[in-house]
Amino acid sequence: MNPLKKLLEKVEPSFREGGKLHKFWPVYDGFATFLFVPGHPTHKGSHIRDGIDLKRTMVSVIFAMMPALLFGIYNVGYQHYLALGQESGLVENMIYGLIKVLPLIVVSYAVGLGVEFAFCVIKKHQINEGFLVSGMLIPLVVPPDMPLWMVAVATVFAVVIGKEVFGGTGMNVLNPALTARAFLFFAYPAFISGDKVWVSLGGEKAVDGFSGATPLSQFITQGPAIKNPVGGDIGFIDGFIGLIPGSIGETSTLAILIGAAILIFTGVASWKIMFSVFAGGYLTATLLNLLAGHFPDNPYLTIEPHWHLVFGGFAFGAVFMATDPVTAAQTPLGKLIYGFLIGVITIVIRVLNPAYPEGMMLSILFMNVAAPLIDYYVVQANIKRRLKRVTAKAA
Amino acid sequence: MSTETAVAQKEKEALFSAKRRKLITDPLNDTNPVTVQVLGICSALAITVQVKPSLFMFGGVLFVLALGNVIVSLLRNLIPSRVRIIAQLVIVAALVIVVDLVLKAYAYDMSKQLSVFVGLIITNCIVMGRLEAFALGNKWWPSLLDGIGNAMGYGLILVIVAAARELFGSGTLLGFKIIPAAFYEMGYVNNGFMILPPMALVVVGIIIWVQRSRNKKLVESN
Repeated sequence: MNPLKKLLEKVEPSFREGGKLHKFWPVYDGFATFLFVPGHPTHKGSHIRDGIDLKRTMVSVIFAMMPALLFGIYNVGYQHYLALGQESGLVENMIYGLIKVLPLIVVSYAVGLGVEFAFCVIKKHQINEGFLVSGMLIPLVVPPDMPLWMVAVATVFAVVIGKEVFGGTGMNVLNPALTARAFLFFAYPAFISGDKVWVSLGGEKAVDGFSGATPLSQFITQGPAIKNPVGGDIGFIDGFIGLIPGSIGETSTLAILIGAAILIFTGVASWKIMFSVFAGGYLTATLLNLLAGHFPDNPYLTIEPHWHLVFGGFAFGAVFMATDPVTAAQTPLGKLIYGFLIGVITIVIRVLNPAYPEGMMLSILFMNVAAPLIDYYVVQANIKRRLKRVTAKAA
Repeated sequence: MSTETAVAQKEKEALFSAKRRKLITDPLNDTNPVTVQVLGICSALAITVQVKPSLFMFGGVLFVLALGNVIVSLLRNLIPSRVRIIAQLVIVAALVIVVDLVLKAYAYDMSKQLSVFVGLIITNCIVMGRLEAFALGNKWWPSLLDGIGNAMGYGLILVIVAAARELFGSGTLLGFKIIPAAFYEMGYVNNGFMILPPMALVVVGIIIWVQRSRNKKLVESN
């Protein structure tokens, strides 16, 4: 028999009621169900349990994030050596990227799970896998040089204020990973916005003419004529592949689309939301692009709509953040409206508000708050329509 | 007959009887105007970036609330019920103008910093709430105690919120550096979110959370 399972069975009695460590039953339960399929019986009547439980959902999302994560790690190293003007191969890039990204992941998971376990022990809740995805998303949406203690503070804020005060996993109004990012964005703006933070120099001197500006912040001043950190041109394909400065996981639209395919294929995330975010963004960007000639002092208007979709966090937000099943709208029509408005608001913030070159985070958080309202009106409209049918028959 | 007994009872009651002491102590916890009645939130969010302005705000509200309570209580049998709101407003407005002028004369910087929020004491829900709910139905001495108690409950929350925001947002308390320079050299950075009003709401929320988990009386059963 599996020695791990033996160990779990051995220590189980001390966590049961009356045991010495009963207080920590949620911790034991969390570990045991994480490692093995639980043998929990149903309590009321007989049910068939669906194979796709919360754990498998979460693991699918983690799996879908792997391409973006691996590419992000590679890109951190690639941008580093590019900025220093040094030749580097795949291995060197990956090693430098791992040195930067791995601590972020470890801190995010350690702090987040620590807080979650503490809450479960105090409130005597079951621990569930809610933080597995958030813990991976947080490192992916920050710049590579983000100080670790800030990530820790933001994670505590996101888990406590963003999730536990509402009642834990499944009850939160706001996406926890984006709550953490918004906290960092407003609390420590010097470390997560501007031109200095997106390329990790590691304390060394960059080549002459180096600029760490992201494509989005260059759009504000010079329109589509954007450069990479050492002055080379960036085109649509570069934005799609993703060898550009930015937050760790968001640069490569290609890697994100692979993840999207996994999510849609496994049925974990809603294709309706992803599709409508892209549709809303594309349509708004098209409209604003048509106005470009009339307002020559806003170069952001000249960005073509398909560029909007591959630069910045648009694709990442659409695929991994907007589709969070807890904070998104639940009704099919509501999902379409919710996603569409995320796309619209993102582009409006990007183009029309010069203070924010990126609007994905704020628009998703905003629509998270509005999602229950959308659902309410969708359900009400449905009730009204059906009621009409009934009364028509009766008459 | 009945009036006589009422007078006799009043003479028996000590100036600081247990019941009257509760008028001061209750608003600090069980009936706190900010965290339990959720009144006066607007100023609690707006002027709590630093401790000093919130102390001045506390002083202003203490003055207006205590004196307003006493005046309304003394006039309560003269004010016709249907014009009582406007009468209260006149009294409160007069007191607020006094506070405003005193601040302008003796603490001009603070007056500038508090700006419109001094004038907005007039519409502070706590003031109107206590006048309506307490001073209109009680004698002047309990009204005074009630006014002082509620102003202190308000000031207490104000100062706690302001202390948290100033400490983490600017690293100071009352303008003195609290967080040592060595911390900054090690990479500590002040939390800019603390200076923004939304964080004041979060801090007030955390205070309510802590208070309710310590004081089970306040938790509604549903």
